[in-house]
Amino acid sequence: MSDYTLEVENLSKAFPGVQALDGVSLRVRPGHVHAVMGENGAGKSTLMKCLLGLYRPDSGRILFKGEELRIPHPSVALAKGIAMIHQELNPVAERPVMENIWLGRFPRRRFGPLSFVDAEAMHVRTRAIFEDLELNLDPRERAGNLTVAKMQMMEIAKAVSYNSELLIMDEPTSSLTETEIAQLFKIIRRLRSQGVAIIYISHKMEEIFRICDEVTVLRDGKFVGERDVASLTIEELIRMMVGRELTSLFPKQDVPLGDVRLRVEGLSSPGAFENVTFDLRRGEILGFAGLVGAGRTELMETLFGLRPISSGRVLIDGGEIRIRSPRDAKRAGLAFLTEDRRSTGIIGVGSVTDNTIIANLLSYVKKPLRLLDFARIRTDTREYNERLRTRTPSYETRIQNLSGGNQQKVLVARWLLTRPDILILDEPTRGIDVGAKAEIHAIISELAAEGNSILLVSSELPEILGMSDRIVVMHEGRQTAILERKDASQELVMKYATAV
Amino acid sequence: MKNRLVQILNKYSLYLVLVLLVLFFSIATEGFFTVPNAMSMLTSWSIKGLIALGVGMVIISRGIDLSSGSVVALASVVAASFAQNPEVSKFGMPPVFVAVVLASLVGVVIGACNGAFVAYTKIPPFIATLGAMTVARGLALMYTKGFPVSQLREDFMILGRAMVGPVPLLAIYFLVAAGAVWVILNHTAFGKNIYAIGGNENAARVSGVSVELNLVAVYTIAAFLAAFGGMLMAARTAAGNATYGNMYELDAIAAVTVGGISHSGGLGTVSGMVAGIMILAVVENGLILLGVSPYLQQVVKGCIIVGAVIYDMSKHKRR
Repeated sequence: MSDYTLEVENLSKAFPGVQALDGVSLRVRPGHVHAVMGENGAGKSTLMKCLLGLYRPDSGRILFKGEELRIPHPSVALAKGIAMIHQELNPVAERPVMENIWLGRFPRRRFGPLSFVDAEAMHVRTRAIFEDLELNLDPRERAGNLTVAKMQMMEIAKAVSYNSELLIMDEPTSSLTETEIAQLFKIIRRLRSQGVAIIYISHKMEEIFRICDEVTVLRDGKFVGERDVASLTIEELIRMMVGRELTSLFPKQDVPLGDVRLRVEGLSSPGAFENVTFDLRRGEILGFAGLVGAGRTELMETLFGLRPISSGRVLIDGGEIRIRSPRDAKRAGLAFLTEDRRSTGIIGVGSVTDNTIIANLLSYVKKPLRLLDFARIRTDTREYNERLRTRTPSYETRIQNLSGGNQQKVLVARWLLTRPDILILDEPTRGIDVGAKAEIHAIISELAAEGNSILLVSSELPEILGMSDRIVVMHEGRQTAILERKDASQELVMKYATAV
Repeated sequence: MKNRLVQILNKYSLYLVLVLLVLFFSIATEGFFTVPNAMSMLTSWSIKGLIALGVGMVIISRGIDLSSGSVVALASVVAASFAQNPEVSKFGMPPVFVAVVLASLVGVVIGACNGAFVAYTKIPPFIATLGAMTVARGLALMYTKGFPVSQLREDFMILGRAMVGPVPLLAIYFLVAAGAVWVILNHTAFGKNIYAIGGNENAARVSGVSVELNLVAVYTIAAFLAAFGGMLMAARTAAGNATYGNMYELDAIAAVTVGGISHSGGLGTVSGMVAGIMILAVVENGLILLGVSPYLQQVVKGCIIVGAVIYDMSKHKRR
């Protein structure tokens, strides 16, 4: 019997044009939480997909409990005891929690030659798992009604029901509140004490130090090193990941603020937020802090014409404007980088070029035939993506083949091309590695220095505190404070965000 | 090196299949590789080709159009009724363009309705166009009481029967339409919008694309092409008939599907559509020349459609 639940030796995997994994190793002990870190595109996802049998490695070995792992079909991974909690959960929304857990192997009851699903047995078994994990979930609840946190717990319960010995968690906290994170960590510790090996993928440094025992770092598909978390500092870890020193994560330059560009007065949108009032000056970054459900995204969607206004006014350069659609918003000089890259950002099957120009298409229409000017499209695509340092094999590559950070840069390029005066950036660095994050922070700061005005929504307090000139704090659809940069602290923002 | 060859073969597999089919039927049958046979193929598939171009655009926008066959029927009877010989005509002897314009208008109206339902009521395109399919067929039957509209004027029929040298005028309409659709899809903002809407409607909307107007336009173009095809069919066959165009919508969907237009939207090219149309045309024509029974022909066609999609999807799998 091996000391390790999982041993990956010298694993390599290439895709056309990319060496995604190049001799990667990873060893995970039972009862340990092992972080796998690396920038976007470092090869984390490819490695996990190899473990789950979704990709077949070109060379190298994977040993699971000392034996060579063969996974002819992804469903076999679960049966063997390897489970993954994906970043984006995909439950059968219309069916109850317990059916999601036992899908494909419902308990049966026989009547002669017939066999029926035994709902009672399923309920009892599900309850038993929930009690064991101390989960507060109803097995009969419709899965689609669950919060993201509860869906994750359902997935964990499912893994437990398979007696999984290796649990892979991909960015499990990206949409959880602080309380939910604490609860998740409690469950992780319990699984750890039961001898489950856990691979923990996250970009949030603070979590790695809170919950993980070891960390393996990947960079550009290569193995950089394995360390005990206890003997590591944040700076060392970042250096391992990016291969260089990051001087500052939040390089907001101080620039003199100009006139008021945008004024929002008593804005409300039914069921989302009420009575929001703020000013935004030229060159200013105005941060929006708050917990999930505070109404920040809804506020931004309303400003961009995606939601109705029930009362209040929006003024740009002192003149009242009416924004009923994203087209109106664009015409008024607004740009909107949405929080959900996949569902409202990228056009997955489209090329990098198509994704770069889609918000600016009309400016390429050439008279007299109203055809598109491809020479200018190519120049602009190259210029803006080079400026943002987008890494892509070519500008004709489908954007879905790029890493999250690079996709985000293309989306920033998309909006910069519209030459906006006011940029709304909703979670611009969500799910993005430290290197790309620092680059995006630098870009945001640069844009402000050039005289653009920026509304920045982020759930990461250090980001908000580091980047913003002023901070609007919201709580359940209400604006609870506007803090100056010099007065703001993590504690103060949290106080207003939780409205205590 | 080997990988590269596989890549190239994958990329051009559709055209390779077409060439192989042509080679096969040229060798296996006597009459296949002749000018008259090529012209008869063009004549019989040009109208379906027109429909397929429109349906292809709709599918790229992540929709579907089931109404095209019925639009063919309705447009054919409307066109025919304005192009009858004066002694049988209800409308005297209007100039030819009246028949053409009114038939096209049938398409524009039905298409705009399809698009409006899809865009503004959010009902699935399958349902919206299924309704239109039934309604248009019913209107055609009501308009004619089920009788064919025949005895058409020479000056109208020439639209569907004229030859330019050895090439039927019908084929030229198709080529012109294919060229126009190619320009629209590749070189206009409208075309890029269609791809974007099909690829990710929400992202397109946030980017300021007017999703609704573009959808109305794409369904309108599709039904216009079908109606134009129906008018041509009346001209070619010397009659309008409420039974025309039966199952044409399915042939059109099949052709562009074989041509690699993805039903998940956002993907597909005009050259693929044309190749798909030609593959179905060649197979149909070749099997007839081989003396294969019409029943077996249907079976073969069905297998090709499903096989083509299975192959197409297997290309994009990464493992």
